[in-house]
Amino acid sequence: MRAGHLWVLSATALGLLAAASLMVGAARIAPGDPMAALVLGVSRIPRTLAAILTGAALAVAGVVMQQIVRNRFVEPATAGTPEASAAGLLAVTLIAPDAPIWLKMAVAALAALGGAALFAALIRRLPPREVFLVPLAGIALAGVIGAGVTLVGWQADLMQYISIWLMSGEFSGVIAGRYEFLWIAGAAALLAWFAADRFAILALGPDAATALGLSPVAVMRLGLVVVALVTAMVVVTVGMLPFVGLIVPNLVARVMGDNLRATLPVVAMTGAVLVLGFDLLGRIVIHPYEIPAGTILGAAGAVAFLWLLWRGDRDAR
Amino acid sequence: MTIHQGIEISGLSHAVRGAEILAPTNLKLPAGRITALIGPNGAGKSTLSRLIARIEPPVTGRVLVNGLDVATTSTDRLARELAFLGQHSWLASRLRVRELVAFGRWPHCKGRPGPADRAAVDRALAEFGLLPIAGRFLDTLSGGQAQRAHLAMTAAQETPWLILDEPLNNLDLAHARALMAHLARLRDGGGSILVVLHDLNFAAGWADHVVAMKDGRIVAEGTPADVLTAPALSSLYETEICVGEHQGRPLVLHHL
Amino acid sequence: MRARILLLTGLLVLVSALWLFQGLGPNRDFVLGLRLGKLAALLLVAVSVGVATILFQTVAQNRILTPAIMGFDALYLLIQSLLVASLGTAAFASLPAGSKFAAETLVMAAVAVALFGALLGQARGDSIGRTILTGVILGILFRSGATLVGRMLDPNEYSIVQQVSFANFSRPATDTTAWAAAAALPAIAAALWLAPRFDVLALGRERAISLGLPHRPMVLGTLALVAVLTAVSTALVGPVALFGLIIAGFAHAIAPGARHLPLLIAAALIASVLLVGGQWAFERVLGQKATLSVVIDFAGGVFFLALLLKGKVR
Repeated sequence: MRAGHLWVLSATALGLLAAASLMVGAARIAPGDPMAALVLGVSRIPRTLAAILTGAALAVAGVVMQQIVRNRFVEPATAGTPEASAAGLLAVTLIAPDAPIWLKMAVAALAALGGAALFAALIRRLPPREVFLVPLAGIALAGVIGAGVTLVGWQADLMQYISIWLMSGEFSGVIAGRYEFLWIAGAAALLAWFAADRFAILALGPDAATALGLSPVAVMRLGLVVVALVTAMVVVTVGMLPFVGLIVPNLVARVMGDNLRATLPVVAMTGAVLVLGFDLLGRIVIHPYEIPAGTILGAAGAVAFLWLLWRGDRDAR
Repeated sequence: MTIHQGIEISGLSHAVRGAEILAPTNLKLPAGRITALIGPNGAGKSTLSRLIARIEPPVTGRVLVNGLDVATTSTDRLARELAFLGQHSWLASRLRVRELVAFGRWPHCKGRPGPADRAAVDRALAEFGLLPIAGRFLDTLSGGQAQRAHLAMTAAQETPWLILDEPLNNLDLAHARALMAHLARLRDGGGSILVVLHDLNFAAGWADHVVAMKDGRIVAEGTPADVLTAPALSSLYETEICVGEHQGRPLVLHHL
Repeated sequence: MRARILLLTGLLVLVSALWLFQGLGPNRDFVLGLRLGKLAALLLVAVSVGVATILFQTVAQNRILTPAIMGFDALYLLIQSLLVASLGTAAFASLPAGSKFAAETLVMAAVAVALFGALLGQARGDSIGRTILTGVILGILFRSGATLVGRMLDPNEYSIVQQVSFANFSRPATDTTAWAAAAALPAIAAALWLAPRFDVLALGRERAISLGLPHRPMVLGTLALVAVLTAVSTALVGPVALFGLIIAGFAHAIAPGARHLPLLIAAALIASVLLVGGQWAFERVLGQKATLSVVIDFAGGVFFLALLLKGKVR
């Protein structure tokens, strides 16, 4: 498959899925029905936008994290970043339950930043070149922070919220007025695209980046901010969706490589296709009930990850 | 005040967790020359070259590159004064050869390449014989081809100074010779080069100036004929080394 | 070594007595019966997890892997929900506990031997990181799969996620204790009887073969034992996550050396003391304010990270 084909393919798929997403739901809509406009405006359009924004932002955040830690097998969702943002959210919920929502969001984003920075610092201590230990350390860190959050959440009787944040993200609760923070995640992804060359250079290694006159630390920080913003907004608004940031960048890189300036738009579209597609699937399979997109992604993404682990390097390297 | 072309090092030292890697060093490297840095393993050659290229932040001492203080000049400005290639060029990302080389133009164009930048990339690709494989992904190349791609990226930076840490790694003898010839052409065009070399005969054959290091100190400095002598090398490497002559240049014999 | 084992045994008697007799209240016969049932279930879980972890680490030639990390317990949950899906909820519920457990355990043993036998057969020195990562991802796959099947069976059941994620030490499934014991006790006996062979197996494939051990059958047989023991613990309390890792860490510290008999005994004792003592503390002293399983997840996670950072992946 050529790079150009991927552009056309992902754009077409996104268009078709978006159209389908507007038509599928518990309520039936017919042209001319006054209720139709209401259903579309309040529920269908926001839901479709939310899935697109989430998928695009998560996929881009995955690329950014892979570039700054120079490892293909990581993504924020399996590196403890969602757990860290949930910890921040839990803390602010406990300390200042009446705080305005933007403040809670800010705290969640800051905590996610701390979590991502902790991961980046931690893996620097791993034995060099052990590429598979980096994702393992991420999963272990996620487990530790997640257990800490659960421990506190259990005592404070907030487990319901925590399982929404950390397990099986879904879009059934998305209506107008309840998803707009995802635009911030989208903006962070756009920021990443503007800095695409910087991330690509950082991936050449800190020595090479310094030699080209970039400050590796500054680029690293910018990357962590993107990762933290995307993760926190997604976790708080719809809950975490695993593997999007891992699978999509790997698939795109196999076809197009890692020249981010060219690949990031495709990565974003493919991520949107993946999430919107699974959201749609979850709406159809046991209609009129729903299966969360995150639950389907957990299973399908794990299969894809295993394929990458065992087949991936045979063709790519 | 006249600006000194060249590299001036004064009182530069480096330690890692209390262990001295580089003793306080003063050194002047002339511009418009190929300077070879030689010495046994652990002599501090890499550290010195990395300190000059501000890859390691200097703790004590001062490095001036063409009059610019490495510690206080912006890293962006320095990237237009000197290009550096280290020993470890392992990559996690999947890039095509041309894409990698194009990143060498970053200090000049900041991601918006103009015709001049594209021309520089083409020159570098041609210079290192990479045009036929410019569209291939690096992870499909041999070690030598990948090394040449990294060298081409450094060359595309087109800086007055070029600092290379053991660039002959992974290169077969034809490409090693071609690289040294390329450096010589750069020098003839007014460029300045500092290169860490493992193979003494490449230093003997191509360098204008040789700096010998041992145990974090500079022990000898001068023309190849001055530094590459049997007694000096034997004591530098602590093993018996003979030096003959070939085409008017020293020929180091250490394999028997 | 003997003194340490004796000390551990003494500790176990102490925590068991505390568990049984502390604060009995007026209804003593009833309460005592209840507590005995739970104690038996907890001990079964502890010994199963301890023995299974040590056996698995020996087969995998690795101190950082446990059956739970490689997804054994999640596999059991997935098989359980797949059985429900294929038989129908009502039909499954009407099955007697014993035959349900037996069917699940058999399927589990067959799948685990096939899957993990193949995976460990792939593991060669340089790719050990990939083997571990594969196991961890398999664990995530099985857990998500179990959640997915659960959601499809009953879309309103939100507790499925929790069932799949945490062990429930407070309310072990005492109705399956007898069946679990019938499966676990022979497996534990077999492990102890085979202990000298595990000593040889631990030397690695080449040396084990040159010493005359039938390596492949031994590996597959051990995986079957591990599968049965994991089925026992998962059926009783759910997924125990990193409990095994903690036990193995302690066991290797208490019974260092190449011999598996003391190692297995130490692991079983440590697991029992930690589980009964921990559950006693959390239920009676801390008043259910936190759950033991989450604390174990936390401590085990920190231990796992520390092992990774020290590069002790072999």
